[in-house]
Amino acid sequence: MTDSQPILQLKNIVKRFGEFTAVDGIDLDISEGEFFTIVGPSGSGKTTIIRLLVGLDRPSAGEILLNGACINDLPANRRPTCMVFQSLALFPHKTVGGNIEFPLKIAGAPAQRRRERAVELMELLRLPVDYYDKHVLQCSGGEQQRIALARALAFDPAILFFDEPLSALDYRLRKTLEKELKDIHRETGKTFVYITHSLEEAMVMSDRIGIMRDGRMVQVGTPHAIYNRPRDKFVAQFMGEVNTLQVSKIDERHVRARSSGDQFEVAAALDGFEQGFLIIRPEVVKIGSSAETLANRVSGTLFNDYSLGSRLQYQVRSSNDGYHWLVEKLQDEAYEGALDEEVVIGWRPEDSILVAE
Amino acid sequence: MRSWLRQPGLISALPVAAFLLVGFAGPLLMVIGFSFMPPRTFSLAQAPTLANFTSVVTDSYYVSFFWSVSLAAITVLLLLLVSYPIAYGMAKLFGKWANLVTVLVVIPLLVSENIRLFGWVLFLLKNGILDGSLKALFGLGAPQILYSVPAIVLGLVYVYLPFMLFPLVIGLSLVPDVLKEAAADMGASRLQIFREVELPLAMPGVLIGSMLTFILALGSLAESKILGGQAIVMIADDIESAFTFAQNWPKGSVLSVLLIAFSGALVFFLFRRVDLDRIIGRR
Ligand SMILES: Nc1ncnc2c1ncn2[C@@H]1O[C@H](COP(=O)(O)OP(=O)(O)OP(=O)(O)O)[C@@H](O)[C@H]1O
Ligand SMILES: [Mg+2]
Repeated sequence: MTDSQPILQLKNIVKRFGEFTAVDGIDLDISEGEFFTIVGPSGSGKTTIIRLLVGLDRPSAGEILLNGACINDLPANRRPTCMVFQSLALFPHKTVGGNIEFPLKIAGAPAQRRRERAVELMELLRLPVDYYDKHVLQCSGGEQQRIALARALAFDPAILFFDEPLSALDYRLRKTLEKELKDIHRETGKTFVYITHSLEEAMVMSDRIGIMRDGRMVQVGTPHAIYNRPRDKFVAQFMGEVNTLQVSKIDERHVRARSSGDQFEVAAALDGFEQGFLIIRPEVVKIGSSAETLANRVSGTLFNDYSLGSRLQYQVRSSNDGYHWLVEKLQDEAYEGALDEEVVIGWRPEDSILVAE
Repeated sequence: MRSWLRQPGLISALPVAAFLLVGFAGPLLMVIGFSFMPPRTFSLAQAPTLANFTSVVTDSYYVSFFWSVSLAAITVLLLLLVSYPIAYGMAKLFGKWANLVTVLVVIPLLVSENIRLFGWVLFLLKNGILDGSLKALFGLGAPQILYSVPAIVLGLVYVYLPFMLFPLVIGLSLVPDVLKEAAADMGASRLQIFREVELPLAMPGVLIGSMLTFILALGSLAESKILGGQAIVMIADDIESAFTFAQNWPKGSVLSVLLIAFSGALVFFLFRRVDLDRIIGRR
């Protein structure tokens, strides 16, 4: 990530559909060469915002600046941006080559030059070159994804947008393509703006992540910052399964859990914090003998254990309030207790996260 | 009993098959048979001859063929120009109002074609509705196109509009909007989107509509007789007079056979050259 002047700036962007506000005042700066990912649940306005940015829709209010100049009134076909659609939007009546060359044909490049560039891009994206004359719908899902990316790269946009292009693919192929996309980003040095509803996917690829909820950007930061300092319960829970306790402040170092009345030590309470949530990730919770010396402890009974492949997950029912705690351990740290037996779990104050309501 | 007689499907199809044989294939075969009979005869039991085929050339029937083919081609071109915008509106813009347009286009079909064409005669007649109104309002009459080729073309375009419009509506609604958006996003202008994306993907509708209206116009008769007066003679007109007024069945048959062969060959070659599935990418 570079910290030169932002290539793209969003100033209080709003988009309404009739009464409904799909994007509700977004301010955002995206730097040149950055891989920025917008994450949010279904219906949070991700597609809507990207359509505004490429010019397929017009914002109801606010300004979009590209390299400092307002592009609100610039139609999509005159913006130096390009988008890979959720559905890929490949042209079914064209061959693989015809699809990839499309932007060059539109720009009036001679046939010879177009073909050279298409072959170059096919090699870059590891598409077999003899696919050039193949029909695009005869290609597999992963190949089609690469074709869509090649076509977008052929346009040579200043900013490349992706609307969940991998969501329809199976897990392993998605993982492969995520890495390839990251490589392409590095090789081309272009600015990528990526949409996904999977935070895991965002974590792998992004320089920065913006979390969207109900048309607003609730938190923007590096993957590390978002993972370790989620701004609120929504962001924390978005990161995966976490233990969440509703708490109120006792003093600067202690909070009390609403449901159990238990008192827990925290590293430091937030400024002006009165009540909110204590987030404890499953992987920081200790279980059994290693928990007994920790500052924060809860006792309960073990009522379930699962294998998650490389990791093990335990569920512990608190004896105080019946809360189901999640604990995760690596295989070699397995806890050997029997089901329905008493067990103690605990965590260090610095491993918990306190968020406001 | 033979096994095929026990199949309910085949047995149920028998009446229709028999009806088609007698009512459709029979007459067609007779027409083909008569085209090889000596002129002005009324029996199929005579020595076959090619006299009728040579007389098509010697008696200048190719002139009416020429008129039919040219007017059908002009009709198709005009219909494409007129129907495309309406079809686009119905497929993409009008929303629920598209149904209203459909009804408006379909309702006239409930009235006999001849009656509608006579309506046009009254409309276009010297001192008729158009001419008379213009004279009364502005003191200037309308150009007299009745009983000339333009009036025939007008009639053909009017009568066959639905047969072009509805295939086009279906063709255009098969074009996903997202593909046009993607094209625009990659820099395509409206014209380029039309040429590169919309038209190729709507091509099945365009071809079917064109084929349908071309063949209908090729065999049309009422338009040239009612709106064209004596201006020109189209091939269907010649066929009709051969069978009726001239009482020359072999002559009428030979013209029919040529017309059918021409239309058939056209459809056959067009659909062999263009693969509709391929166009819309189903294969
Ligand atoms: N053209 C439209 N007219 C009316 N409402 C719309 C329109 N487009 C989107 N919306 C609404 O705006 C909200 C946000 O939609 P959007 O497509 O941006 O969601 P998303 O975050 O991309 O979701 P997903 O992950 O499911 O793709 C949704 O509630 C949707 O119903
Ligand atoms: Mg979406």
